[in-house]
Amino acid sequence: MTDVPRVVLTGAGWVTPLGCDLDTVWKRLINAESGMAPITRFDARTFPTKFAAEVKDYDVNDFIRDPSLHEHAGLNSQFALGAATQAWNRSGLSGCSNLDRSRIGLYLGAGEGVLDTDNYMRTNLRGWNPETRKIDGVRWAKEALELMKAHREIEQEPNMPLAHLAREFNLKGPAYNCLTACAASTQAIGEAFDIIRRGEADVMISGGTHTMIHPLGVTGFNRLTALSTHEGDPAEASRPFDRTRDGFVMGEGSGIVVIENLDHALERGATPIAEIIGYGSSCDAFRITDIQPDGRGAAAAMNMALEQAGIDPEQPGPEGGPPIDYISAHGTGTQENDSIETRAIKRVFGEQAPRIPMSSIKSMMGHLIAAAGAVELITCVMAIDRGEIPPTRNLHHPDPDLDLDYVPNDSRSTRVETCLSNNFGFGGQNDTLIVTRFKG
Amino acid sequence: MTPHRRRVVITGLGPISTYGIGIQPLWEGMLSGRSGIRTIETFDASGFDCPVGAQLASDQFDVRKLVPKTYRKATKVMARDIALAVGAAASATNDAGLVTSASDTDADPTIPAGRTGCHIGAGLIATDVDELSLALTFSSDADGEFDISAWGDGGMTNLTPLWLLKYLPNMLACHVTIIHDCQGPSNTITCAEASSGLSIGESMRVISRGHADVCLSGGAECKLNPMGILRQQFAGRLAKLEPTDDPALLVRPFSEDARGSVLGEGGGILILEALESARERGARPVAEIAGFSASQASCSDTVGLVYDEDDTSVESAINNALKSADCSPDDIDAVLPLGSGIPHMDAVDARAIHAVFGERAGSVPIITFVPNVGLCGAGTGAIATSLAAKCLDEQMLPARIGIEGAVTSGLDAGPIAARPAKLGAILVFTTSMGGQNTALVLRRYDDGGESS
Repeated sequence: MTDVPRVVLTGAGWVTPLGCDLDTVWKRLINAESGMAPITRFDARTFPTKFAAEVKDYDVNDFIRDPSLHEHAGLNSQFALGAATQAWNRSGLSGCSNLDRSRIGLYLGAGEGVLDTDNYMRTNLRGWNPETRKIDGVRWAKEALELMKAHREIEQEPNMPLAHLAREFNLKGPAYNCLTACAASTQAIGEAFDIIRRGEADVMISGGTHTMIHPLGVTGFNRLTALSTHEGDPAEASRPFDRTRDGFVMGEGSGIVVIENLDHALERGATPIAEIIGYGSSCDAFRITDIQPDGRGAAAAMNMALEQAGIDPEQPGPEGGPPIDYISAHGTGTQENDSIETRAIKRVFGEQAPRIPMSSIKSMMGHLIAAAGAVELITCVMAIDRGEIPPTRNLHHPDPDLDLDYVPNDSRSTRVETCLSNNFGFGGQNDTLIVTRFKG
Repeated sequence: MTPHRRRVVITGLGPISTYGIGIQPLWEGMLSGRSGIRTIETFDASGFDCPVGAQLASDQFDVRKLVPKTYRKATKVMARDIALAVGAAASATNDAGLVTSASDTDADPTIPAGRTGCHIGAGLIATDVDELSLALTFSSDADGEFDISAWGDGGMTNLTPLWLLKYLPNMLACHVTIIHDCQGPSNTITCAEASSGLSIGESMRVISRGHADVCLSGGAECKLNPMGILRQQFAGRLAKLEPTDDPALLVRPFSEDARGSVLGEGGGILILEALESARERGARPVAEIAGFSASQASCSDTVGLVYDEDDTSVESAINNALKSADCSPDDIDAVLPLGSGIPHMDAVDARAIHAVFGERAGSVPIITFVPNVGLCGAGTGAIATSLAAKCLDEQMLPARIGIEGAVTSGLDAGPIAARPAKLGAILVFTTSMGGQNTALVLRRYDDGGESS
């Protein structure tokens, strides 16, 4: 179908535990540095998990035009504003006059905001009636209305980062937020890609933003026993594909990309950074707690994306190389995910699978939950641009069942043309994006 | 402009609201003009400005009876929002005549699992404060304050291991996709009242691009809990109930004495299907989704509570939806706006209707439903769309609740009984807290004389 527009990426930006600009973070990823440290946001000393990868030294006011517009922005919105400003400026849209704002949309995978923990806990305790073992509704309401603050509560709605970005960049096109756990921002970018292909927008600002580094966030994942409870150096806690892996490490931050109809980009004189050529999305429909064990859902998403991209996964790529030059793995570092992801990749790529370098940057910056996919797609774009593949840190004990090329511990310099990025959400959503070097 | 468009029809309706589960109770309630708004029963809400809401009575809805026997245990980890979606999905698949993995039959599923998608809008699901507070009591200090140093290895362990999974927004779709074995694309849109409309739009795109033939699509939410009501009161969206007020007349869309909205619980799942798939299996389309568009409002308050007075995003979404349906405002026989009863939001709706319809704005019938079923957050648009589809199918307009003689922004929006009407197309549009807007054009399904 020749009249389907091509979609290119013209801008990217991120706010991560390893830094808040493309180059700094990239250098640190290539050097296999870790962003993990003891949690500083709250007293986690009695929690099963006491460390995370927090965003450090970040001030949203370094990025935005008018801080008064975003005075009450929650952390998710603050991260998104910083990442989006980088992307917007890189795309050159900031210098464009005569933009039709109704043709510029937003599709984010932003998480829910951070609870006002102190006041929420206080309200619950003061509202508690020990006799009925329920809260006393009237007392609860009185305490809540006194203690909690309107703006703090409203900022927790997951569509608030959308509203902040729309205000900051004056965007009036289609606007969506999706929240499919760890797959959210991959799915957001995939659907934004489809919206441009359908001609419903010329430009989409897309990606994700999330932090769950707060008491009830860590509580939730600790109860599920999904987090690493590694004793010792937090920098060694996230061990994707390692035999001793014991769960993921929470990260936080935002990744935002500007994607665009190629004709629109060229007409305004923009330089495309990469081209998005495939998107696949599937659902496990298996169990609320577990991934479908033979990797059926993950494989379906990859196959759908590969088919759209016109890539035969079981055949060598151009010049006899692998069909894909790099896979950014979901690679959370849980026993289950890494085994099943490996199985799914073998299922899709067959004999080609061991030839494809694949790594998990979650070993260095932790799991950014809803924002993970966007940050990992940007990693793919950087890999193409720089000719370097970031490693999987902390991979010292090979797992006999996991026998693919996980780029252990040291980055690799090589030509990278086409990358595939996977993310799978708690709840069964699987999403895959394929991005390639832009060639005229 | 749209190279790979497939026609998408609605072949099943599964709304859930204070009137009950399924399209029939909703339709009867809407024809009768009886409001479901009354005192909130599940907890004492009298400490809030608006202690009334539109709830499902406990004898109307038991999710355990609506899932396969083997799935009953899982209902324990369903927040109310999830249960509502699961109930709606059961109703919708039945209404569409779909055999799924949940059906009590040996027959093969009507649609292969990999060709079935699922898009369910959800809200910010509130934690059960009773469950959490009980756990907190194990971690309070001598002054009764929360002591986090006694939480991580103390109070926390009183929460069920699956606690987090009750509250993730994508758990609505997670349970529905497991129960009905939907392995196609599945997404969870979280844009307040616009969530259902955006989900329907996304299902259309997914079917259109060929990644599914059928989608379970819609949304559900229950804000009738302490945190849900608190946040809406903080946002200034709820009507304050005075002692002399009749709860059934508290929501007054477009009326000059409107004071705010009232919350309800519910939403719905619609079965969206590629027309050729419906034809192939002999399913009767209830209506066709002819056009869709979405937009974002300009809001000087930055968080999208109040739309700017010169904002034209709603008008633009409607015009784009009409364009994608290849029709003009004159083809629209009724309009179903959000009509929340929140004065500044009603003003946005009214402004858009006047801008799009011009001289006809005062005579095109407005369908209101929030006075009946309350504002159901992410489920709102699914109720609205189900209702519009039913109106087209029945060639009837439902009653409108209101106060006789009210001035209604120059719109045909005052109280009226149900009446027959010739309806070819209905416009459904939804504005939201956050500024996201959707517009859908539903058309009476015309089979081109293929069946007689």
